Order: sequence, then C-alpha cells, then structure tokens
Amino acid sequence: MGDTQTPVVRMSGITKHFLDVTANKDITFHLYPGEICALLGENGAGKTTLMNILFGYYTCDEGEIFIKGEKANLSAPKDAISRGVGMIHQHFALVPSHTVLEIIIIGADSGRGIFLDFKTARQEILQFQERFGLKIDPDARVWTLSVGEQQKVEILKALYRDVDILIMDEPTAVLAPSETEELFKTLRSLVEEGRSVVFISHKLNEVMDISDRIVVLRAGRVVAERNTAETNTRELANLMVGRDLLESIEKKTLEPGQPVLEIIDLGAVDDKNLPAITNLNLVVRQNEILGMAGISGNGQTELCEIIFGMRAPTDGIIKVGNSPLKFGSPASAIKLRMGRIPEDRIGTGLMMDLSVEENMILENHTSSDFHRYGLMKSKKIRQFSDDLISAYSITTAGRDAATKSLSGGNLQKVMLARELSGGPAVIVASQPTRGLDVGAMEYIHQRILKERERGAGILLISEDLDEIFALSDRIVVIYEGKIMGEASGAEASREQIGLWMSGVEK
Amino acid sequence: MSEILDIAFVSGLIGATMRMATPLIFATLGEILAERSGVLNLGIEGIMLMGAMTGFLVTFSSGSIWSGVLAAAVVGMILGLLMAFLAVNLGLSQHVSGLGITLFAAGLAMFIYRLHFGSPTVPPIIQPFKQITLPVLSEIPVIGPGLFTQYSLTYIAWLLVPVMSILLYKTKLGLKIRTVGENPVVADTVGVNVALTRTLCLVIGGALMGVGGAFLTLAHQNMFLIEVIGGRGWVAIAMVIFGNWDPVKGTIGTLIFGFLDGLQLRLQGVGIAIPFHVFLMIPYLLTIVALISVSRRAAVPAALLKAYRREEKGG
Repeated sequence: MGDTQTPVVRMSGITKHFLDVTANKDITFHLYPGEICALLGENGAGKTTLMNILFGYYTCDEGEIFIKGEKANLSAPKDAISRGVGMIHQHFALVPSHTVLEIIIIGADSGRGIFLDFKTARQEILQFQERFGLKIDPDARVWTLSVGEQQKVEILKALYRDVDILIMDEPTAVLAPSETEELFKTLRSLVEEGRSVVFISHKLNEVMDISDRIVVLRAGRVVAERNTAETNTRELANLMVGRDLLESIEKKTLEPGQPVLEIIDLGAVDDKNLPAITNLNLVVRQNEILGMAGISGNGQTELCEIIFGMRAPTDGIIKVGNSPLKFGSPASAIKLRMGRIPEDRIGTGLMMDLSVEENMILENHTSSDFHRYGLMKSKKIRQFSDDLISAYSITTAGRDAATKSLSGGNLQKVMLARELSGGPAVIVASQPTRGLDVGAMEYIHQRILKERERGAGILLISEDLDEIFALSDRIVVIYEGKIMGEASGAEASREQIGLWMSGVEK
Repeated sequence: MSEILDIAFVSGLIGATMRMATPLIFATLGEILAERSGVLNLGIEGIMLMGAMTGFLVTFSSGSIWSGVLAAAVVGMILGLLMAFLAVNLGLSQHVSGLGITLFAAGLAMFIYRLHFGSPTVPPIIQPFKQITLPVLSEIPVIGPGLFTQYSLTYIAWLLVPVMSILLYKTKLGLKIRTVGENPVVADTVGVNVALTRTLCLVIGGALMGVGGAFLTLAHQNMFLIEVIGGRGWVAIAMVIFGNWDPVKGTIGTLIFGFLDGLQLRLQGVGIAIPFHVFLMIPYLLTIVALISVSRRAAVPAALLKAYRREEKGG
C-alpha cells in the first residue's frame, strides 16, 4: 500500500500515561484508504490504548490526530464516530436484553421526532447484510446469538453509522476457525469499497494472512513498520518480543503410564439449569498431557468446576488415582493431590488483597507443617514462600506484597507455585496462558512440560490452538459439552480440530 | 357477612383500590425510570415525604391546590438532582446516597413544618381535592362508579402508565435510558451522555415521587403527619421488582397492593374479632411473598448500582 497516497488517519507524537505507567510514548501512526493495517504487539504493548485514543475513548496527554486531513480534537467516542471512525472492542460491549435492531440504531439519528423508526432502520440493515454477508435476524435478542454473530452485529452497528475507518481489537480471539474465515472475507469486502481497517492482534499467522501493512508496537513505542509481503512471522516475532524466541518447544518422548484421572459418563447442568456437559468420558495418564481444545462456553468452565470440587454433576464418576472424587468438596480434590489452575486466576485462583505468602499457603495452611496449636509457624511459612518466589522467579516487592500489585504473568506464576509445590499427581490447567505475553507464556509452557516429565498427568484446557498443538500428547475437542473427537498430538490436523470445534462431525 | 357481596361494597372497594394505588403508581413509575437508567433511588421514601409536606404547605399558604402539586414536583426534582450529584457525578454508593437522602428529607420535612406551624394541638387542614365523576363511564354497572369517581391525580397516574411504556420502548430517549441502565459502555461509545441521561431520569423520577407523596396530603387526607408515607416508598421499590422493571406490570403490583389495602380497611369495618393490626399487615406480608416468588426470575438492569467512569484502567 502506498506512501504515494494521502493517509486517512495521521496520528503523531501520541503519548498517554495511566498513573505511573506510560502506555504510549511518542507514537506516529498512519492509516491509508483501502488498506488493512495490522497493529501487532504483546499484551500491554499499547495497541488498544492507541486505538482507544483514535476512537476518542481515551484522550491523549500529548500529540495530534488528523482524520481525513482535518485536525481532530476527540473528547468522546461520538466525536470519532462523526468523523467515520468506529471501533469494535475485544470484549465488545453488549446489551443482552436488547434486540439486534435496538443495539444497532441506538444513538444514531433516525426516525421522526422523538420516536424510533424501526421500519426504515430494518431495511437499511438488511441492505448491509446483503452486501457484506452479515446474516443476522434483526429482531433476535442479543443473548440468543453466538459470539461470532454478536461480532457481526457490532460490524453492522459500525456500518450503520457510516464508519469508513474500522478498528477491530483482537477480533478472532473468540472465533472458531471457520468464523475467522468469514470475518476475513467481510473485512476484505469492506476495504474493497475504499474503507480502511485497523486490525489489532498478537497472532502472527493471522496478521500475515489478513493485513497489507504491519505496525509493530513494543512497550508503548512503534518499533517497526513492514509491508506484509516483505516480512515473515519469524522477523515479526523477534520485533514484537525484542529478543529471539526459542524456535520451538522441546518435548521429550515419554511413554504414558497408569491412568491418574478418569472421568466416566459425566453429565452436568450450567447456572441456568441447561445441559452443559453430556456423557463425557476422559482418561489422563502419567507422563501425559491431554489437550482439550474448544471455543469457550462449550462446557469447559463447568467441567473444571466439577473437577475442582466446586460444582456437583448430575451424572457420572471421577476417579483420581484410584479414589473417587467427592463432588462439591474442594477439600477432596486437594486431598487427592490435584493441582488446580482455574481459568479465572483473579476471581477464582487467588485472593488479590492478601499477600503473596498467604496465597502460597492457602491450600495447605491447615497442614501440620505450617501451624502448631492453631498458631501459624511464621518462620517456616516465610522460608517456604521465599523458596517458591526464587524457584519460579516471581517478580514481586516481596512475599508480603499485596497480590494485586503483581503483573498477570507473575500472578500465574504464584498460582503455579502454589499448585505444583506439593508435586501433584494430576494437574488440571484451564487457559493457563490466557492474557499473558509471549515471555510469560514460554515460561508456563516449560513448567507444564517439566511436570509431565516428573510423572504428572495433565489435562490442559485451552482455546489457543497453538498452545494445544505445542504441548499435547493427545487432543480432544469439546463442543456443547460433548467430546467431538480425539486425535494424537503428533498426527492431528488443524483443519480437523477446527471442524470439530465448530461442531462438524467427521 | 352478606355485606361483603353487596354491590355498594364492591364498588366502594374498587374505588378504594384505585385511591390506595395512586401514590404507589407515581412512586413506582418514578423508581422504574431511575432504575432503568441504572440508579437505585432509595431516597424515594424521603422524597415522597418532602413532596407530601411541600404540597400541603404550599396549598395551605396559597390556597391553590395545583400550586401545591407543582411545588411537590419541583421539590422532588431538586432531591432527584441531589441524588444524581451524589450517585452519578461523584459515583458514591447508591445505597448510602439514597438512604442519606431519605434520612435528610425526614428531618427537613419536620423542621420546615414546625418552622411554619409550630406544634399545634390540632393539626392544620386544607381543602383537599374533590373526586370527579366522569360522565357516561361512571354509569357502567358495578365497576363504573368505583373506577370513574376519582381524584384528578388518580386519572393522571393512569395516563402516565402508557406514557411511561411508550417512552421506554418506543422513543429514542427510552432506548438510550435502557442502554445506559444495561451497559453504559455501549451507550457511551455510541455518543450517549451517560451522566446526563441518568440525571434526567432521577430528576423526572423525583418529580413523580414528589407528586405521589403530595397525593397523600392533598387528596387521601387533608393534613400533614410525619408518618403519612408509611413505608409506601419502600413498597414502591418492591413493586418495581415485582413488575420486573416494566411500567405496566409494576402498576398491576400497585393495584394488588391497593386492593389489599382497601380490603383490609373494610374488613376492619365489618367487625371480625381479629386485631386490626393483622389486617394492616396483610398487604405488606403479601408483598414479601410476591417478591420471593417473582425475584428469582427478575431481569435486573445489568448496570444497576454501578457508577460509570470512562478512563478507569489502562489498555
């Protein structure tokens, strides 16, 4: 794409601080008409902040923004929307009880006087649907839609507002592979009509696939700009992380041993009393990582809660080692030497207001190692937590620091330190690297592999296919609470796994 | 007991149901508006009391009963604005702000009343609203006389129910209000002013609560007593939940309450040998029972109780 053209967006010298964190430092960013520009960077690199500034959601501390040649003072999203800038956030904001039509037309001027004009709006929306292949029933309630469909609603919402500069923040994070294909088609048809798209992502393959040009951000600065045709994933990865990454994860060949976790005919309902898991069977053996792929919301949360002892199933048995797990009793799971890494480390896994040390002994604070006559043995606890902090190279002000002061990667290390310190026979890890940057992710993966070599059986539940493929000895796919299929880690094809994830049988 | 089936009795009961429901309809609609925008206004009991006192005072001084109604609405708006300042602009806890306003208003109402009237042995009275009999409609057999011999404020309350429904579901403003109450981020990102929308709802809702209170001193009774509201504000909060935040369903709740209130008054009169306190309890008791059965499937506005600020965290 051309430097010959005049940019439709010109941001220069953008700086933004949050308290003592500099999210953006002197950033210059151009966007040209008719291109898909990828904004690539690790978590916390400042991609979303920069685009939130362009969208008027944040105001920058320093810098200037020109949109379509005019200087733009953006104090609220509506200023950006009126200039044709629209943004679809990663966790797009939804109103589950509204209809599709309502969510699209809210705030956009239509209708006569004070009344809403649903009829004209419906016709307009149907036209967009025809043109861009965004088929959605305008009268459906938002909560009845899948995440992919909800994203289409968000795109329609932007188009309805005559947006010609569309920002998409990690749009594929929630999509199945087939939905991603569909999204890419839509995005391409949008730029063909002269619109521009900013595509925020940290997934290299995707960026190579969809973009015309790539801007790489690291620690709040632009570190490189490349035309997609003239670069490759390897170069991009190094630019993004700022150092050479290990080429690939080294995995020893190990023969799986005795079964350590057996799930037999499990059935469960979710919080709304709808079936979440039906007739699920799994076996995890010693020295083995069983990867469970699937889009979130297909029963993984309920499955974890059951294994962790937080939820009682309607049917079935779970055996850890050879003993049955007592349902609804987290203490039983601990007693059976299970390492539990929940998907929501902040809400479920850790107590953010307690110290690092207190979090580390949470599960075994009642063991005689740590107390006598009801009084804690503080010296021993201090020793224990200091050891773990150094063993897991946790960056913290000290064992007394409030847990909430730690970064995401270090929180997960605290989580691992606590769960793995007892040498568990079974480890169940749900989304262990979600939201972590590449460096922390690498560390967690190494740890999990080490546990496998030690002899643990590991159930790895993840939405990240790269992670599943890199670590798993066997892969199962969960869809609507059922196992769609199983493949060996070495032989599984991405296409097959992707199909299963979308609910397509062989 | 044969009196119970008497036509005059039935007609009287219908009339009483409507009268007892009137202040609750105003208050419930006002609270629905506030809560649909995401603010729980626990100041309701105090706002109603201030409305009742102001309405009475202004009518007493000016001799114009409609001036009293207007003044009650204005006082309700001012207290609604205060609630908005605390809970929306400052983002304080909605519970604390609302209860604070109720406590403040209770003291202030008595203070102003005493300042003006001292402590008279016989409470001063006004000439209250007269009931208006609508021609033709009131001649419908059985239900006509009860339904259509009412105070003008009761007719206004009835008109407000469809008005509120249309506002919430058919207008641009209504869609904005519902969106702000469900997810302020969505509203903000499409250019809706969240703080302004919430303030507007609290102010208009406050006016409705004030008028609801004034009905009690200008129509239901002709004097002001400190206990005049008698927990009707809290009942309105319960009616909002009972009605699932919908104006029509909420009004049905107020009618049931009004009916029970009217019935208990009459049962006391029939002379059954049960302490009248038991009858006084009935409507409140049934409110609790109804709430337990309904609130399990309640569709609470998702952003209720949540203050909204845009730049809360880094990206």
